[in-house]
Amino acid sequence: MMFHEHLLSLLICVPIIGGFIALTLNDRNAKWLALIVSGASLLLCVPLYASFKTGTADMQFVERSPWISTIHSEFYIGVDGISMPLILLTTFTTVLVVIASWVNVHKRIAQYFAAFLILEGLMIGVFAALDGVLFYVFWEAMLIPMFIIIGVWGGPRRVYATIKFFLYTFIGSLLMLVALIYLYLKSGSYELAVFQRMPLSLTEQTFIFLAFLAAFAVKVPMWPVHTWLPDAHVEAPTGGSVVLAAVMLKMGGYGFLRLSLPIAPDAGRELDGLIIALSLIAVVYIGLVALVQRDMKKLIAYSSIAHMGFVTLGLFIGFQIVGHTGRTSGIELGIDGAVVQMLSHGLVSGAMFLCVGVMYDRVHSREISDYGGVVNTMPKFAAFMVLFALANAAVPGTSGFVGEFLVILASFKANVWYSFLAGTTLVLGAAYTLWLVKRVIFGAVGNDKVAALEDLNGREFFVLGMLAAGVVLVGIYPAPLLDAMRSSTQHLAEQMLVSKIVP
Amino acid sequence: MNSAGQFSVSQFDAGLLYVCPEIFLGLAACAILMLDLLLTDAQRRWTGVLAVVALLITAVLVAVQSVPVKIVALGGLFELDRMALVLKVVTLLVVAAVFVYSTEYLQRRAILKGEYYVLGLLATLGAMVLISAASLITLYLGLELMSLCLYAMVAFDRESGIAAESAIKYFVLGSIASGTLLYGMSIVYGVTGSLDFAPIAAAVSSGLGDNIGLIFGIAFIIVGVGFKFGAVPFHMWIPDVYEGSPTCVTVFIGTASKIAAFALAMRLLPEALGGAQPDWGQMLVVLAVLSMAIGNVVAIAQSNIKRMLAYSTISHVGYVLLGILSGTPQGYQAAMFYMISYVIVASGAFGMVLLLARQGFEADRIVDFRGLNARSPWFAGMMAILMFSLAGLPPFVGFWAKLGVVQAVLAVHYTWLAVVAVLFSVVGAFFYLRIVKLMYFDEPTDTATIGGSMLMRTVLSANALLGFGLGVLPGTLLQICQQALQ
Repeated sequence: MMFHEHLLSLLICVPIIGGFIALTLNDRNAKWLALIVSGASLLLCVPLYASFKTGTADMQFVERSPWISTIHSEFYIGVDGISMPLILLTTFTTVLVVIASWVNVHKRIAQYFAAFLILEGLMIGVFAALDGVLFYVFWEAMLIPMFIIIGVWGGPRRVYATIKFFLYTFIGSLLMLVALIYLYLKSGSYELAVFQRMPLSLTEQTFIFLAFLAAFAVKVPMWPVHTWLPDAHVEAPTGGSVVLAAVMLKMGGYGFLRLSLPIAPDAGRELDGLIIALSLIAVVYIGLVALVQRDMKKLIAYSSIAHMGFVTLGLFIGFQIVGHTGRTSGIELGIDGAVVQMLSHGLVSGAMFLCVGVMYDRVHSREISDYGGVVNTMPKFAAFMVLFALANAAVPGTSGFVGEFLVILASFKANVWYSFLAGTTLVLGAAYTLWLVKRVIFGAVGNDKVAALEDLNGREFFVLGMLAAGVVLVGIYPAPLLDAMRSSTQHLAEQMLVSKIVP
Repeated sequence: MNSAGQFSVSQFDAGLLYVCPEIFLGLAACAILMLDLLLTDAQRRWTGVLAVVALLITAVLVAVQSVPVKIVALGGLFELDRMALVLKVVTLLVVAAVFVYSTEYLQRRAILKGEYYVLGLLATLGAMVLISAASLITLYLGLELMSLCLYAMVAFDRESGIAAESAIKYFVLGSIASGTLLYGMSIVYGVTGSLDFAPIAAAVSSGLGDNIGLIFGIAFIIVGVGFKFGAVPFHMWIPDVYEGSPTCVTVFIGTASKIAAFALAMRLLPEALGGAQPDWGQMLVVLAVLSMAIGNVVAIAQSNIKRMLAYSTISHVGYVLLGILSGTPQGYQAAMFYMISYVIVASGAFGMVLLLARQGFEADRIVDFRGLNARSPWFAGMMAILMFSLAGLPPFVGFWAKLGVVQAVLAVHYTWLAVVAVLFSVVGAFFYLRIVKLMYFDEPTDTATIGGSMLMRTVLSANALLGFGLGVLPGTLLQICQQALQ
């Protein structure tokens, strides 16, 4: 079983090495190599999913070898029910991005595809790392290809956007690094599981929690540190936006799941009000902000922030449930909802950005007012767009519904008002998404450019079709996903409930 | 004098064996100076080749020396420990790389003279003596030999007014620093009654720790060390000297002399005055915070890349001081790792400036890097590695350096200092990113082909790739530093 023992390191190395090879090739060959490598990574996920054992919260596909002996850091990777689906999402998204970018990149094509491959390997590394330093290395290294992607292939204000993106994330991450080093000095190891078991006083936990919050809140992004996201999304090329929305935003939620909650659960209990308040502000206020956007990408970016508010809400609502009712049932509901919401948002927001990309390639505008009546010239495209818009508005039967429903259910157990405020998203989300669809897709043909539009070609149809299949599948049959992650979320819920303060 | 106060000729002779790399380098420098007289201008390149060969042979001679823990030789003047071995090898290799980068630059400016190499070799010899000093006398001797050679090297381009100005500045400020250092040393001698480090250390730890005279002496020593390092507030000379010197001398000052400054600090502070760590530790906190703040913030405003790298040096010195001030072996190891990794990366960065320079064009403005990715994707990639490494991003070597020093200050409960250090590194990241931005996001305004001999290109690429290789697998270098300072 040599293959299974090294499956995860293959998943990390194959795209990275492929990316470096692509740098040396000419544009045409680099493109094909990118397709082959990203396809191979997706295929590598088949045994990862098939051999994944549900019913245990233990790490699987574990690989462990010494790395840097002087600081006791190891090359230690593995997956559980939370990270496995996220790795699937990463590989799936990268293949689609490679196909979607096939003809609409015009300069430095080899470097473009190389950057996405390297990024893919690093993102998988973040989800698989079980050692603090290794996690940090992947987490930070990931910024470099994204910085280049936005900066080289982005829009007119790309330099401002990409530097803002980089510095925002960098500042938060460094505070996380200080917290990780502190934990290491206390425990003598960088293993995340050791950090999770280690008793810590409430003061220590609070500072560690806040340091982690600085890193993850920026990445999620939570209000009020979200302002880099609309800029980055608007300026990024379509492929960059898709990866950013679909995978990189999930890193923040994943960080809460893997580090904040298990390492500092008591601080989480103390500060849950803060996180819930910030999440609800994101849901309601950012929802309203999305309503008034004129730029399609900006609108979707703001809707992403609002949706990610549900993730943080779901993660922290458990503390309130225990606080208000004294019962522990319902905690997993929130966490399950948060994870499903992360995956669903990955599919839906990625698809929405691709839809904008399809229109942008033809009209070279992202302004809503430059469109109108697209359905008349692009009926197939309109069908997809409407489907994804419905998923974005969390209509039952789509993936968006499952996560939001679970989170609202969990928040109802804690406090009716939380669920009321969270529920406004059903109105606001529907309002901004459907209004967007109404203005862009329906109505009379807006102008000559729209009249001259051509419908989807086979390549675009395939990409959107795959995403549509994912959205509908998770929407009507989420059971396999929930089964895979049940044990892990239960384990996390237990970790959240046990106090780590030494008496 | 050995510790018993007797001088024995036979012991002295035995000790010469340990000094043979230094002796070899000294003789080689003299021989090259003589040989250079016989060469015509067309053959002048051979001086450089011989100098590089001499450095490499010396490096081998150093590397084969086996040191159990620590050897004190020559009547207590000279000491050989693992730290000395590692620092000497790094210095020699870095200087060899610098010579490789410099040859074409000198040729194009018609200042390819044998003296550049001879002065460089003698400065290296001074650095080696300083690194191995076991007494205040040897330390000062090595420091002055190095400094005097460097002053002359800065003024080496006779036609250049700005170089002459820098040389005067460097000389005047450097002399003041040496004087201050000497004054501090004399006070320490007065208080402890010895010039050798071992008796000084014994005296300091046996209750002299709060002697006001000693603290006074330490303050002067810190000023001297701060000058040589270029730590704020003793940094004024750095930007001007870096900018005014010919680039091939700037890289020498920016790399080899920094290792020497590090050795100076290590020999004087932990080794001789280890017992007074609480005193100098606090002084270094001030220097470190100011260096990180001023270095990183002021670098943003620079438009000349040599000045920018000068301020970047100042900020990195602040991080090195973090490791030293912690006063733990882990801290010293981290500082040593930081210094070595910084020198590797900085020599590459200056090497890139030398590579882009050509006849009548210095390539020392930051905008000269504009669109490098379109001109040469390979060297743009190399420069990006170097810049990300300076910014302290994983997986590049600068990250492990930063990790080490932050770990060291956290271990001695300077949490606020760790937070300050990482926050200023965000400021620092901005101006390193600006170079990456210019290379990748902008279109080139200058389309000249990139020169450089095959040898220079290879060494420069290897240098930059080392910054990446050591970033992915830093274990070996970390271990070397750990063994050097246990």
